[in-house]
Amino acid sequence: MDLQTLTYTVVGFTFAVYIGIAFWARASTTGEFYVAGKGVHPVANGMATAADWMSAASFISMAGLIAFNGYGASVFLMGWTGGYVLLAMLLAPYLRKFGKFTVPEFIGERYYSRTARIVAVICLILASITYVIGQMKGIGVAFSRFLETDYDTGLYAGMGIVFIYSVMGGMKGITYTQIAQYVILIFAYTVPAIFISMNLTGVPLPQLGLGADMVDGSMSMLDKLDMVVTDLGFKEYSTQVMGSKLNMFVYTLTLMIGTAGLPHVIMRFFTVPKVKDARSTAGWALVFIAILYTTAPAVGAMARLNLMETIQVGEVGVVEGNLSYEERPQWFKNWETTGLLKYEDKNGDGRIQYYNDKNEEFAAKADSFGWKGNEMVKVDRDIMVLANPEIAKLPNWVIALVVAGGLAAALSTAAGLLLAIASSISHDLLKGVFMPGISEKNELMAGRFAMAGAIAMAGYFGLHPPDFAAGTVAIAFGLAAASIFPALMMGIFNKKMNRAGAIWGMISGISVTMLYVFQHKGIMFIPGTDFLGDMGANWFFGISPNAFGAVGAAVNFTVAIIVSKMTAPPPEHIQHLVEDIRVPIGSGSATGH
Amino acid sequence: MSDREAYWKANISLVGGCLVVWFIVSFGFGIMLVEPLNNISLGGYKLGFWFAQQGSIYTFVFLIFFYAWRMNKLDKKFNVHED
Repeated sequence: MDLQTLTYTVVGFTFAVYIGIAFWARASTTGEFYVAGKGVHPVANGMATAADWMSAASFISMAGLIAFNGYGASVFLMGWTGGYVLLAMLLAPYLRKFGKFTVPEFIGERYYSRTARIVAVICLILASITYVIGQMKGIGVAFSRFLETDYDTGLYAGMGIVFIYSVMGGMKGITYTQIAQYVILIFAYTVPAIFISMNLTGVPLPQLGLGADMVDGSMSMLDKLDMVVTDLGFKEYSTQVMGSKLNMFVYTLTLMIGTAGLPHVIMRFFTVPKVKDARSTAGWALVFIAILYTTAPAVGAMARLNLMETIQVGEVGVVEGNLSYEERPQWFKNWETTGLLKYEDKNGDGRIQYYNDKNEEFAAKADSFGWKGNEMVKVDRDIMVLANPEIAKLPNWVIALVVAGGLAAALSTAAGLLLAIASSISHDLLKGVFMPGISEKNELMAGRFAMAGAIAMAGYFGLHPPDFAAGTVAIAFGLAAASIFPALMMGIFNKKMNRAGAIWGMISGISVTMLYVFQHKGIMFIPGTDFLGDMGANWFFGISPNAFGAVGAAVNFTVAIIVSKMTAPPPEHIQHLVEDIRVPIGSGSATGH
Repeated sequence: MSDREAYWKANISLVGGCLVVWFIVSFGFGIMLVEPLNNISLGGYKLGFWFAQQGSIYTFVFLIFFYAWRMNKLDKKFNVHED
C-alpha cells in the first residue's frame, strides 16, 4: 500500500473510532454536556485530561521548537508540566469541593457578583479563542500534509472536522473519546521516537538515548549535535537560551500559572467523584503528560541532527558536502507542496546550503566557499514532528500513525476548549445572567451555536497565525495566567479578598498583557498594526510578548490586594464559604445551581 | 486554635514545602544555576540541561503524588475526610 492510501486508512479508522464513541456517549442533558458524570476513575480521568491538555502545540509544534531552540525550549517543557503542581496543590481540590460546573460560576459566587462572573467569562473566552487559533495552525499543518494541499485548504478541511466532531459530543462524549485519543497520540509519538533513538544510539528508550553515545561510539548524541550545528554557524544546541535568562524565567512562570488558569483543564476537576480524587487525578494526568514531555527533547534533538545530516551530507566547505537539489528526498518534495518548506538556489550551484547566515563570522567563511546565503529560506518549525519519521526513513505505517496522532491531539484539545467556550456563553452568560429561565434544550442549542462561532473565528485568525502553534498557545496561557489564576487562588487562600479587588485585578491583569501582546504582535494579531514591532529591542526588560502573562499576573495580584484593602471586606457568609471549601468533608456532587 | 485552623495550617506548610522543591528543580537548577551544573555530566547529559528537560518533570510527578498521600493522611488525622 502506498503512503497516501495507508495514511487515509489509518486516519479514517481512528476517526471512525472517535465518532463512534462520541455518538455512543452523546450528551442528552446539560449536566452530561458540561461534566461527564461522577463515575470517571482518577486514572481514566487523568488520561482524558492528558489528551485534553496535550494539543497540537505539544504534539506537533513543541519538538520542532526544541529542535531549533535547544536548551532554550526548556521553558515549554517545564512550563507545561510544572503548572500541574500548582493546579493540584492550589486549586483543584478546593474547586472540586465547591462543586459547580464552570470557572466563572465559582468566581461569580465567591465574589458575590454578576459583574465578576461576566468579567471572568470575557477573560476565559479571550484565552480560549487564542488557544484555539494555535490549534488551528497545528490542524492546518497536519491536514495540508495529509491531503497534500497548501496550508489554507488544510485549515478549512480541519475546521470542518472540528465542527462536526465537537458540536455533537459534550463532556461525556469527550471524556471517553479523549481516552482513545490519548492512546493513539502517545503511541504515535513514542513509536517513531523509539525507532529513531535505536537508529542513532542503539538505546530504545528515547529519554536515555538522548544522553547516550552515538552508535559508532565516537561521542555522545548531544555532543555530536552541538558539533554539527556549530560547524554551520548555528548556536550550540545544549546551551542556547531563548531571549535572556530573565525571559526564560518569566516565560516558564507564565506557562505554569497559565496551565493552572485554563478553564478547559480546571473543568475536568469538577468531574471527579471526591476531593481526594481531584488531587490524584492531577498526578495521573501529569504521569500521562510526562511520557510525552520527556520523550519530546529526544524527538527534537534527533530530528535536528537528522535534518542537518540529510542536507549537509559531507564536510562543510567541500562542494560534494552539500546535498544536490535534484537528489532531495521525497519528504522534502512533499513539504514543498504545502509551502511550509522552501528552497532558493541563491548561488546557482544546484546544491542546498543550510547554515546560519546571521552569524557574521560564519557568513564570511561561507562566502569563501562560494555560498551566497542560507538557501533553506523557510523551514516551518511546526513540520518537524510530522516530517521526522520520513527524514529518519521509517516505514510508511509509522508516518501514517504520526499524522493520525497529530490530528488526535489537535482535535481533543480543540473540543475541550470549545466546550469551555460554549459553557461560558450558554451557562454563565445566558442562563446565569441574561436569561435565567432558559430551558435545558435551548441552553444546549446556544452552547452549540457558540462553538460554531468560535470555530469560525479561530479559523479566520488561523489563516494568519501570530506565531508557530506553540507560540500562539503560549499567548493564550499568558492571558489565562494574568486573569483567571489570581482570581481563583485569592478566592481560596485570601478570605478577605472582595468583589472590587477581584474585578479590578482581573481587568488590569488581562489588559496589561493584551496591550503588551498587541503592541508587538498587532491588534487582534492583524499584521501591520503592531505599532512597536515584534523585536527584542522594544521589549520590556527583554521579556517577549509570549512570556508576559506572569507580569500581568503580578499586576493582577497587586491591584486586587490594594483595592480590597480600600474597600469593604466580603460579607460574613462568603467568609464562611471560603472556610468550607478548605476542608474536603461534606462535598456533594457538582450541581448547576 | 481550632481543629480547622490547625488543619489549614498543616496544609499550608505542606504545600509551601512542596513548592520550594518545585521552584528549586525548575527555576533553580533548570534556569538560574544551569551553567555551573552543566559542568557536571550525567551520562551524556549536562546536568543543568538534564534538569531543564528531564529531571524537573520527574520531580513534578513525584511531588503531586507525595502531596496527595500526605493530604489524605492529614484529612484522616483531623477527621475532615469524606466518607
